[in-house]
Parts: sequence; C-alpha cells; structure tokens
Amino acid sequence: MKRRVVVTGMGVVSVLGYDIEEFYKNLLDGKNGVSLIERWDTTEHSVKIAGEIKDFDPADHFERNEYKRLDRFTQYALVAAKSALEDSKINLEKVDGDRFGVITGSGIGGMETYQDNHKKLLEKGPRRVSPLFIPMMIPDIAAGRISMKWNLRGPNYTTVSACASSGHAVGNAYRTIQYGDADIMIAGGAEAVITDLAIAGFSNMKALSTRNDDPEKASRPFDNDRDGFVMGEGAGMLILEEYEHAVKRGATIYAEMAGIGFSSDAKDIVAPDPEGGGAKRAMLAAINDAGIKPEDIDHINTHGTSTPTGDIAETAGIKAAFGDHASKIAINSTKSIIGHLLGGAGAVELIGTIKAVQTNTVHPTINQETPDPMCDLNYTPNKFIERKVDYALSNTFGFGGHNSSILVKKFKG
Amino acid sequence: MSIEQKVNEIIMDELGVDEASVVPEASFINDLGADSLATVELVMKFEDEFDIKIEEDEAEKITTVGTAIDFIKQKLGE
Repeated sequence: MKRRVVVTGMGVVSVLGYDIEEFYKNLLDGKNGVSLIERWDTTEHSVKIAGEIKDFDPADHFERNEYKRLDRFTQYALVAAKSALEDSKINLEKVDGDRFGVITGSGIGGMETYQDNHKKLLEKGPRRVSPLFIPMMIPDIAAGRISMKWNLRGPNYTTVSACASSGHAVGNAYRTIQYGDADIMIAGGAEAVITDLAIAGFSNMKALSTRNDDPEKASRPFDNDRDGFVMGEGAGMLILEEYEHAVKRGATIYAEMAGIGFSSDAKDIVAPDPEGGGAKRAMLAAINDAGIKPEDIDHINTHGTSTPTGDIAETAGIKAAFGDHASKIAINSTKSIIGHLLGGAGAVELIGTIKAVQTNTVHPTINQETPDPMCDLNYTPNKFIERKVDYALSNTFGFGGHNSSILVKKFKG
Repeated sequence: MSIEQKVNEIIMDELGVDEASVVPEASFINDLGADSLATVELVMKFEDEFDIKIEEDEAEKITTVGTAIDFIKQKLGE
C-alpha cells in the first residue's frame, strides 16, 4: 500500500531572500529580482542581465576550509538544506539516519569549478588541474555533501533533466517514501550557472532575453513582448516525510504530496512540442496519480519561461488537459519574478506552489502589459490574488523534452 | 621571510590550521586534518609559491611539515 507523504520543511536560497516567509512575501508583492550581471565583465556579451544573487558570501555560512571545496551550486544547496532542516524542527538525534535520504536535481552542476579548472589546464598545464575539480563539479555532489553534513544514510542520488531536474528529484523522493524505502527525504535542487561561458551558450541558442536596457521588464512570461528567458540561480529544498512519522513527532505540515506526472515530448532537443502534448500528459498523469479530476485543480505554477514558443506550447497543453476548466485555473509564473533557475527551478517554484496551497494566495505573473492572443488564460497578471487553492500543480520542462508535473494538495488531516 | 615561515603559512592557509599545530613532526593527514586530495593541493601550492617542480614519487614522501621544509630547502639548494 502506498504511504501518505507530507511536506514538513522548506528552505530557499534566492535573489529574493533566504527566509521562506520573506521569499514568499516578495513573490506576492511581485518584487523583481532581475538586474545587470556584476560577477564578471559582460561587455562582449549580448546578454547582460540575470537574477543574480548579489549578497551571498560563503563565509557567512561555512568555514573557509569547507567552502573553498564547494562549488557555488553546492553552497546554495547546503544553505537551503540547512534552512529546510531547521524549519522542519527535526531532531537528528531522534530520527533514524538509515531511513533519511536525499535526492537533489541540478541541470549542470559545478560550472564555475569547471571553467576555473579548464583555464588552469590551458594556462598552466594538466599538472595544475585541482584534485578537487571532479568532486566539486559533478552534479550529484550536492546530494552527497548534504548526506555527509547531517549523516543521512538513506537513498541518495541526483536527477539530471535540465530545467526539470528538481521536479524529478522531488517526484522521486515522494515515491521513495510512498513505497517505504525511506521515512524522510530532503528533496530539491540547486543551480549556479551565471557564468560567461553558460550565458554565452544559452545566448547563442537565442534562448535568453536581451532586454539589457530594462532588466526588470525582461522576464515576462505569456506577455506579447517577451523575448526569451532570464537566467536565475539559487536553491530550494523540501523536507518530505511519511505522514505518520510527521504526526508522531508533532511536525507542522505545510501541504500533502498528491501525485506526480512525468512524460517526454520525444520531438526536439530544445523546442517544446507546439501543441504541448508532453506538458498535457505530465499534468494528466499527476492528476491520475492523485486520483482526482482535472476540474479539481485550482492553481498551476507554470514552467512559464518567457520564451516565445514555450509559453504558447504550455498554454496549449493546459487547454488540452483541462478543456473549459482551463480558464478557471489561477495560473502564474515564478520565473517572471526571479528568472529561470534551471535545475533549481522545480523545487523553488514548488515552494511557491506549496505556500499558495497553504495560504490560499496566488502570487502574480509580473510584467503583464500586452496580452498575447495565443496566451489567453488567467495568468494572475501583476497583482496577487486570494482564492481557494486546494489542489495545485507545479510544472517544469527541460531541454531534451523532459516534463515533470508535481501535484500538491491542502493538508486536511 | 624564511622558507620555514613561508611553508608554515601555506600549510596554515591551505589546511585551515593554527600556527601552534604546525610543528615539524606534524603529519598532514594524521595531525592536521588533510585528506589525500588536500595533500595533492598542498604540493601544488608549494610548486607555485616556490616555483619548483615536485615529481609524483617525491610528493609521496612529503607527509609532514618537516619533510616539506627539508625537501623544499634541498630543491632550492639551501
């Protein structure tokens, strides 16, 4: 028999703060997190903007000896995991570490480390490549590091599916507890690829917005004047816990995991299926997994990247999945506010979705000025709304055609 | 700065240990908390800072503060 799984802790590292309440308030207020990149010289780059975290100092969180062996994405992952653990009030002395696992997602892994060491190779030769290069760069090291820091000895691995990575991580963690392989899981994702090489690569794909003269208006999913996504960075971590286990220790339960749906477009390496077929199949699979009806869905936190084709495809997928009910769903895009966290997006946006379910609020999609006739659903433009949110979906889709849809429901005992 | 002082400072910086623990007989791995990767980094740092080349079979013998100082002195012909 499948076991019930609830969310009992959340942690975030974001351009809008490190505290869940502050982060969600900023989302509700539609406070913009996009600005000019300051970390490196963007002169030669056609993209000069990102949701860059300016105030993160590893020395605030780690001893020097520790952080110099951690790529930025792992630093973000560890800080978010620590917040989530504290938020859950789990006493690590009193839970079974063998039954406590970690699944994290990262699309790329330690990009800064990769670049630093490649530079050493070219400039100083192979003998100068750091022995820490590989264990700092591999995308699974975040999950490994979390396990070592808190001695969590249960299932531990990393999912890599580009921008859907942490959707898959959370989904797999949910299944792990459902089927009895663990009682508690830290699940989430982290990404830190605001580097010159990564921005150049995404930029040359024509995936990124070039609205350099007006960064705050650059990420505008579903708006007619959108011109690509804005790179973001950060981490989101959730504590998923078996229901009885959570009740027994008197945990605060934020929401209940209700279902997951994974699918593939099987069409193109980067372009979404124009009809949103993969998105539709993922959402309906999650609804089916939860044993509810499409009409039960109140809210969808979309993948909503602000790319010209992606937003139309996702809109088409929602219409195909929900029919007449599509126009009654409160839809939004967290990426309009903080940019696109790639492998971190699924987890950070799921935190926003859980807060929606918990508080009956839906944060806005900002920068909605000129409607796109092809995107004609209710995207919660510019101002947050209060409404009943009992069931909500969080979508993430990745290059390679990977789709993930996570369904959460209000916890009602 | 003497070679001893410079070696000690590199070790303190790389391994994050205090001055009192950096004594000649201190082993990088057994006393100063280094793992095998940290000792490789340490040797790289010696090569950079003293502009010398340390071969792999030589590096294997540099396991304590004292062996590092002696080896580097010898390399620099002092």
